[in-house]
Amino acid sequence: MPSSIEAGTALETRTYPVTRADLVRYAGASGDFNPIHWSDRVAGAVGLPGVIAHGMLTQALAARAVAEWTADWADGAPAQVVELGAKFTNPVVVPDDDTGIDLVVAGTVKAVDGDLVTLALEVTAGGTKVLGNPRAVVRA
Amino acid sequence: MSLDSTLVGRTFPATAPYRVSHEKVTEFARATGTPYAADGPVPATFPIVLAFAAMNDFLDTVGVDLSRIVHGEQKFAYERPIRTGDVLTTALTVASLRQIGGNDIIGTRSDVTDADGSLVCSTSAVLVHRGGTA
Repeated sequence: MPSSIEAGTALETRTYPVTRADLVRYAGASGDFNPIHWSDRVAGAVGLPGVIAHGMLTQALAARAVAEWTADWADGAPAQVVELGAKFTNPVVVPDDDTGIDLVVAGTVKAVDGDLVTLALEVTAGGTKVLGNPRAVVRA
Repeated sequence: MSLDSTLVGRTFPATAPYRVSHEKVTEFARATGTPYAADGPVPATFPIVLAFAAMNDFLDTVGVDLSRIVHGEQKFAYERPIRTGDVLTTALTVASLRQIGGNDIIGTRSDVTDADGSLVCSTSAVLVHRGGTA
């Protein structure tokens, strides 16, 4: 880990587009075939504003940013994550078009304690925060 | 329909042993665009594959339809890295249950253990069971 990584260090914001095709792909990879992530009919029937991204896809993309940031610290090898967590505070509605919606992941180093680094994240879609208190602790 | 409060504290039977393969982790990493090398850490949220299977078994047992579940919160705490070749089982415990506005708020903890019975990763989830009338 470079010595420039210290409490308060801002990390480069990442933007990941999420399309319906990404939801289908994530469903297959994760085994989460909840129809609210692919069927407008079912999503509407249970009172959702539309097909929404898996909360776990959103959290996985937050973890992807952590992996990409920490890989930059160590010649390409992502750091081991020790803790990861978030609340799913707002749904990420994914339109049925070719561009989808951009998920934007910002991060700041919150604390450095030996080889443990705590990262505070901010994850937004369409300008709205979609994760509550997303954070990660990595061994770097 | 509200869930029965006597579920709190109950641990459900563990999932069948699951062997972590390089191919499955690669598929998961690609679906999320996450960097992953054969000898590197698996994507941090990969244990959801196991926790989700345990949750599905739980929902089947208590008679809740998956489409009525929205994920409220998810946490992972690792005891050690997951490696390909690990044979893992997952047991779900209902940690808490409350009703708010016709919804059940279900707190679960799913412990992922290896073939030696050692804890690898502890996951906790809040599941919102939407009551509704639809």
